[in-house]
Amino acid sequence: MIWTYRTAVSIALIAALFVINWALDAFVIEYVVRIILQCGINAILAVGLNLINGTTGQFSLGHAGFMAVGAYATAFAVIHLESGLGFSASNIPAPWMQGLLLSVGLLFGALFAGLAGLLVGAPSLRLRGDYLAIVTLGFAEIIRLIFTNTEALGGATGYSGGRPLGLPVYTNFFWVFLWAILLITLIGNFTFSSYGRALRAIREDEIATEALGINTTRMKVLASVISAAAVGVAGGLFAHLMGTIRPDDFKMDRSVAMIVMILIGGLGSVSGAIIGAIFVAVTLEAMRDIQQYRLLAYSLLLIGLMIARPQGLLGSRELRLPAFLRRKRGGAA
Amino acid sequence: MTTPALKLDNIAKIFGGLRAIDGVSFEVAPRQIFGLIGPNGAGKTTAFNCISGVYTPEQGTISFFGQSIAGRPPSQIAALGIARTFQNIRLFGDMTVLENVMVAGHATISFGPLAAMFRLRKQAEEQERLATRAYELLRIFELDSLAGEFSKSLPYGSQRKLEIARALMLNPKLLLLDEPAAGMNSREADSLKNQIRWLRDTFDLTIVLVEHNMQVVMNVCEQVHCVDHGQTIASGEPLHVQNHPAVRTAYLGADVDESTLRQS
Amino acid sequence: MSTFLQQLVNGLSVGSIYALIALGYTMVYGTLGLINFAHGEVFMIGCYIGLYAAFWLGYETLSAASFSPMSATLVLLLAMAGAAIVGMLIERFAYRPLRGAPRLAPLITAIGVSLLLQNIAVLAFSANPRSFPSIITEHRLEFAGVTITNIKIFIFAVSILLMLALEFFVKKTWTGRAMRAISVNLPAAKLMGVPADRVISLTFAIGSALAAAGGILFGLDQTKLEPLMGNMIGLKAFIAAVLGGIGNIRGAAIGGLLIGIAELMTAGYISSDYRDAITFVILIVILLVRPQGLLGVVRQEKV
Repeated sequence: MIWTYRTAVSIALIAALFVINWALDAFVIEYVVRIILQCGINAILAVGLNLINGTTGQFSLGHAGFMAVGAYATAFAVIHLESGLGFSASNIPAPWMQGLLLSVGLLFGALFAGLAGLLVGAPSLRLRGDYLAIVTLGFAEIIRLIFTNTEALGGATGYSGGRPLGLPVYTNFFWVFLWAILLITLIGNFTFSSYGRALRAIREDEIATEALGINTTRMKVLASVISAAAVGVAGGLFAHLMGTIRPDDFKMDRSVAMIVMILIGGLGSVSGAIIGAIFVAVTLEAMRDIQQYRLLAYSLLLIGLMIARPQGLLGSRELRLPAFLRRKRGGAA
Repeated sequence: MTTPALKLDNIAKIFGGLRAIDGVSFEVAPRQIFGLIGPNGAGKTTAFNCISGVYTPEQGTISFFGQSIAGRPPSQIAALGIARTFQNIRLFGDMTVLENVMVAGHATISFGPLAAMFRLRKQAEEQERLATRAYELLRIFELDSLAGEFSKSLPYGSQRKLEIARALMLNPKLLLLDEPAAGMNSREADSLKNQIRWLRDTFDLTIVLVEHNMQVVMNVCEQVHCVDHGQTIASGEPLHVQNHPAVRTAYLGADVDESTLRQS
Repeated sequence: MSTFLQQLVNGLSVGSIYALIALGYTMVYGTLGLINFAHGEVFMIGCYIGLYAAFWLGYETLSAASFSPMSATLVLLLAMAGAAIVGMLIERFAYRPLRGAPRLAPLITAIGVSLLLQNIAVLAFSANPRSFPSIITEHRLEFAGVTITNIKIFIFAVSILLMLALEFFVKKTWTGRAMRAISVNLPAAKLMGVPADRVISLTFAIGSALAAAGGILFGLDQTKLEPLMGNMIGLKAFIAAVLGGIGNIRGAAIGGLLIGIAELMTAGYISSDYRDAITFVILIVILLVRPQGLLGVVRQEKV
């Protein structure tokens, strides 16, 4: 029963995405499409980061590092898949094949970023609060320095797969939003399950949670892996939107931008994270002409927000769908 | 002789140079209500923390129905069937009353993170099971009407009850109560005595409590163990411990006349 | 061997600058439990104030050689005073409203303040690197194949002097005692009549002044400054504070010197590409192996 319902919804969704994708291509200028794509990528970043920073309350300042790992792994996989399958500049893959290649690449991106989330999370999640923030920042810097010093991945000048035109630009509306909806649904389900409840308990009181038979370290590392994998996918989409990735794309301000997104929405709220992600993508573009004041405005926003409403605009509340769109969930959650 | 539910053998825990507990040993029989008493700073809560795994004792063994548990992580110890409450109530304030209890069932769920992400049928069934059990417990403690409230908005007495309900969600065999009567007036403390016995009978528990309220301890405990400066000074039946000269000295200083003690 | 000695000398000089900045982190963390992310930017601003002060004192019209030691001292003092004011303003307007807020709120605010100062600096001083006036003429000395400049000696001497002065201040004066009282227990210190707000403000002032001194010394040594330089140097100084045991003044000094030496040794023996990485590796190792730092003490959470 559940599965037939789900299949129907999925088919309708894919059809809708397909139609919108076509309409955007045909009628909307590229500039606007780019902003919309940025919204989708940001939404993945924000929902991914929110799982660990918001829901679990473990403040990471290093997610730009996971995004970098995802970006490089995706790009590397796509480039090598393409040449392995015999595609080249004169033999461009068909559009559906491009999406497939991208998606396989994104799986690699998720895998490696998730692995990085494990390697970083396992030792550092024993630390609390600001110490964790600093150590994750340190890991992100190390990741960036590793990419900067790896000549096979382009070193400081960045990775473009050894192609003069850069990485193939395969990221389009359909694939961004397919992945965004998929990841947000998965993370949303996780957040509202017993696992999410345990993560929120950790945020509230780690010692009490541990005393309830929950292995808090393992739970935190699990959240870190899922969060890093999602952010890695966003990195992969970013790579194939930009056409080139440089280590300097993943500096601390990238992590701060993600934090701004989830703070605007409210720490711990999935729907809030999405709203914050869209807000950041749109305002970033709106302020393009006054670029030099953009970061200034962000920093003032950050300070003002913390002083006036440290829990974020929405707090940990969720925006609910209207009742007729909601399906009954099991139990009383 | 039956295996004791809990046995501490020559436990010591040292902070820096301070021996917070030093060579404490006691046994708790199954289904017994056992009181651990002593003046402030005597090491009672430290002993609790050693039992529940928050601290690893430097010396000695702790066994739970014959199984050695000293040094295991708290989550493992809890999963074995030792639940506890905290001296300064540690609820999940920004979660609802129902969630507070349900989360204690997380260790028993039988679905993995992937099942949670894809919302497989199994997870819905398990969710249902946890919610049902949690409601049962809330009903028993007359908190079911508050199920949707944030736990931080509950009055103090209800918070204490909720903490116990949450501990019981673990289906423990041994319940550690850290100062359950703290902050209660004498009428509430009075009814607490009955509640503790009732808890033991209803849930088939062994109960160890740390308590300052002597009325409660003397009335409800079947065995009492008194520590001071980290060391055992008396142990046995409540009356025996109460009248033990060392206990009186520890609580009230050297010269005490009988009348002061009776009032306490 | 001469590489070793050369890198050791250079490391001590860089390290003493880190140490001066680390003191500010450690003092603020000690009193408020806050990682003052903006501290690196205070260092940067101190450096710029020094630059403008030198021009104001006629650096351009005089030749570098005739810039008097008196004027050089004045540059240092002006930078320290200016940074102290900046530090106090930050504390008053960004951190004080958050006292008692959940612990992460001040941390995020601090990141915001750091970004704010960076961007104000970009607007005010332009993003292009400037060169710091050589207000002290450089002399080179050679010892057994090791080059030492008078500037490096000066940097080391000034740092040690300032650290000793701070040590004296914190241990021997009433205000220093008040600072230590606050770091042990803020509410209790308040109840005992310590004017906590004033003392905390002063803590920021002193920490910022020391960072500015570090900024001037850095300017003398590296001669290049830019608005974003506070970021990385601030982070390294913070790591130095963590390495020594955050909250511990001697620890910050030792941590700074060790980080400086580790960096220069990496540059000398491995590759200067990994000069920055070694600091982060040290951070991660220390937090995982001995989170309280070399001289710190463990504080256990009460259950």
